[in-house]
Amino acid sequence: MADTMTMRVTRYEPDLDHEPRTQDFSIPLRDNWVVLDGLNYIKDQLDGTLSYRWSCRMGICGSCGMMVDDEPVLTCATFLVDYAPGPIRVEPLANFPVVRDLVVDISDFIERLPRVSPWLVRHEDEPVDDGEYLQTPGELAEYEQYSMCINCMLCYSACPVYGLDPGFIGPAAIALAQRYNLDSRDQGAADRLDVLIHPDGLWGCTFVGECTTACPKDVDPAGAIQRYKLTAAIETLKSYVEGPS
Amino acid sequence: MTTAHDVVIVGGGGAGLRAAIAIAEEHPGLDVAIVSKVYPMRSHTVSAEGGAAGVIGADDSVDEHAYDTVSGSDWLADQDAVELFVHEAPRELLRLEHWGCPWSREPDGRIAVRSFGGMKKKRTWFAADKTGFHLLHTLFQTSLKYPAVHRHDEWFATKLLVDDGRVQGLVAIELATGRIETVTAKAVILATGGCGRVFPFTTNAAIKTGDGMALAYRAGAALKDMEFVQYHPTGLPFTGILITEAARAEGGWLLNADGYRYLQDYDLGKPEPTPVLRSMELGPRDRLSQAFVHEVEKGRAIDTPYGPVVNLDLRHLGPKLIDTKIPFVRELCRKYQNVDPATDLVQVRPVVHYMMGGVHTDLDGATSVRGLFAAGEVACVSINGANRLGSNSLPELLVFGARAGRTAAEYATTTPGPTRAGLAQADDEHRRIWRELRRREAGTERISAIREEMQHTMEGSAGIYRSGDSLTKAVDTLRGLQDRMRLVTLEDRSQTFNTELPAFLELSAMLDVAEAIVQSALCREESRGAHQRTDFPARDDDRFLAHSLARRAADGSCEIDYLPVTIRRWPAGERVYGR
Ligand SMILES: Cc1cc2nc3c(=O)[nH]c(=O)nc-3n(C[C@H](O)[C@H](O)[C@H](O)COP(=O)(O)OP(=O)(O)OC[C@H]3O[C@@H](n4cnc5c(N)ncnc54)[C@H](O)[C@@H]3O)c2cc1C
Ligand code: SF4
Ligand code: FES
Repeated sequence: MADTMTMRVTRYEPDLDHEPRTQDFSIPLRDNWVVLDGLNYIKDQLDGTLSYRWSCRMGICGSCGMMVDDEPVLTCATFLVDYAPGPIRVEPLANFPVVRDLVVDISDFIERLPRVSPWLVRHEDEPVDDGEYLQTPGELAEYEQYSMCINCMLCYSACPVYGLDPGFIGPAAIALAQRYNLDSRDQGAADRLDVLIHPDGLWGCTFVGECTTACPKDVDPAGAIQRYKLTAAIETLKSYVEGPS
Repeated sequence: MTTAHDVVIVGGGGAGLRAAIAIAEEHPGLDVAIVSKVYPMRSHTVSAEGGAAGVIGADDSVDEHAYDTVSGSDWLADQDAVELFVHEAPRELLRLEHWGCPWSREPDGRIAVRSFGGMKKKRTWFAADKTGFHLLHTLFQTSLKYPAVHRHDEWFATKLLVDDGRVQGLVAIELATGRIETVTAKAVILATGGCGRVFPFTTNAAIKTGDGMALAYRAGAALKDMEFVQYHPTGLPFTGILITEAARAEGGWLLNADGYRYLQDYDLGKPEPTPVLRSMELGPRDRLSQAFVHEVEKGRAIDTPYGPVVNLDLRHLGPKLIDTKIPFVRELCRKYQNVDPATDLVQVRPVVHYMMGGVHTDLDGATSVRGLFAAGEVACVSINGANRLGSNSLPELLVFGARAGRTAAEYATTTPGPTRAGLAQADDEHRRIWRELRRREAGTERISAIREEMQHTMEGSAGIYRSGDSLTKAVDTLRGLQDRMRLVTLEDRSQTFNTELPAFLELSAMLDVAEAIVQSALCREESRGAHQRTDFPARDDDRFLAHSLARRAADGSCEIDYLPVTIRRWPAGERVYGR
């Protein structure tokens, strides 16, 4: 195996570039290096102007998502050797506006998040001194998977609907709403219904399932959406039958 | 541009978010903002794995938690702070439960607790082995409920404004646009986390560069107990990824090259097949990391390209227990080390993990500069003393984050806005950033070269064992590196998401923090907890049952003096583990 590899990185600096361009760098190819190690090597040794986000280097902070050979991945969890002999292409996450180089603008997601009320809703808060709300391991298991989302945005990058209609609230936001809806301690499902059944909510999803394939944390947003569609259909029917309350 | 708030919190990790929620709940009329260099849910709290300690068992008591913490700290923790902490921790953890944190449960639906190193009873709450992740996301999501909490995400704080003897705000760079912002505030809370990146091999994320410690130090606040740096005994070689103590709490063993549970040779108890609290693998972190060094010296460790290692053996736990109790450990080992703990030994070595020291505060988070508060890993109250017990940090974020929030809010309600001189400082800082950094002509030094030299100096001189000689040399080396900072080139002239400029500012913060660590370590001529001097191997309570305080002197050098430890119910005694 060669001991170097070409990393083909997308560069874009809005003040200078009309459109993104690519730049090749030769990086060491080491067994235990992930794509992020390659980027750090470039930044430290070759070109200090390269911009990208990262922090934990252990697949939990959700900062380092990029397209590697056309697939959205966490670069801290993607080994270089799997792309040998290269060149390996590193691009910013698809479907988002690019701020600079490999940094994308996710403010849209961040601003929309509060709309699904992603917090525990109680009609009446019980005093903390009365102790915990009981929840059996079985009840926890009901929503646990949906609570694992690290907001890495890979699913948005993979989602063809979000690509065409950036108004779509998207897989992670819906999964998060479901995380609370399915929590035995929560009483806010009704509050979240309106947002979710809005045209930009779950009915936007055409169930391609790409989000679940892309998700590095097995959150299964597609499953969350599918499951909620059923609930939403029943709720909507109910509201027709019962009339407005 | 100028933005005005009543209270500004620097940092959106566990401590910062808890402070923000406390203010929004109790002082809804106040304008509070979080300035954070990363989106809050990217903060390093997200990586905490094992759990959060708080007494809930019927067979447990807050006194026992306090005693474990005090003896674990090698008697350097302040006992008033510890007592307050152990009383408030369970309530904070319950509050988090009411906010939706998915704590792991007993079959009857009650909170489950696990053992942890140095704790005599099971009292560590956990959310599988992603406790910090769940804690942070719960806090972040809960904070979205409060529109009064403003956020300046991806803003990098560069300086605190201090005039009239009080803090009046700060200057920050908005990373996306490069705009330099003046953020005025009546009170500022630092919640910027630790500084593990001062060392080469650390569990800490890239953002943990001690910025807040440097900001406070430069603003005239004292840094306390900076010589106490915690090594965690079990990091993965090369990456430094942490294998949580929960792995040993569930029954994992540490084996040397001969397959021998070597901890039995270091006064940590006898090997039993199942875990015994405060014994062997469940001893405190400082003692376990020191035992590792002795194994290396005896030639009983295993050599690898990334230095000597020992083995963590989890195989006897079986895949089922591993998957339910410590699934993330298995995920991390498989993904990053290509080993499966259910069937393979996992190579581990000690790794820099946590900063016991930090900005000196009182029980309400107030620092020695009026209007400046601090909480979380950036602060030193101190409940951790010379050695933090695992799972005490997460509850510390909550307890002292909330307290600092409340106190800062009350202070802000009676404090006037910024003075003209305070605002003038902001103008100076704008100019400094522009002129000095952005217009820096081609220099001869690279950021990464200075950073690496600093890190190796720290590992070599201020690691698990230290000596007067090596520390004295380190002082000189660090000074040389400070000088070389003037010659650094910044290649990136762009305003848009420039990451080189923050990297430069982080390095300059780390050099200040490194100096405080080394000076504090040099002056402490004894061995206590995580601070082990080969030339002063014994604890010396006559001279050093005291906190060190590092202050920046007028000539820019670092001055050390001492503050007595608050001892109440537990006079300094021997630390006993495994017997
Ligand atoms: C791998 C790992 C596992 C751990 N496991 C446990 C455990 O099981 N139990 C336990 O009790 N403890 C654990 N700890 C320790 C604990 O997680 C940390 O001490 C704690 O999370 C620190 O939280 P914090 O809120 O103080 O800071 P952080 O979460 O580090 O947040 C710091 C914040 O400050 C901001 N910031 C920093 N500098 C600037 C600047 N210049 N401008 C603007 N913003 C800035 C950052 O953006 C960030 O939002 C663990 C630590 C590590 C490294
Ligand atoms: S659902 Fe999965 S892919 Fe989408 S943001 Fe969350 S963790 Fe990332
Ligand atoms: S750097 Fe945190 S997820 Fe990759």
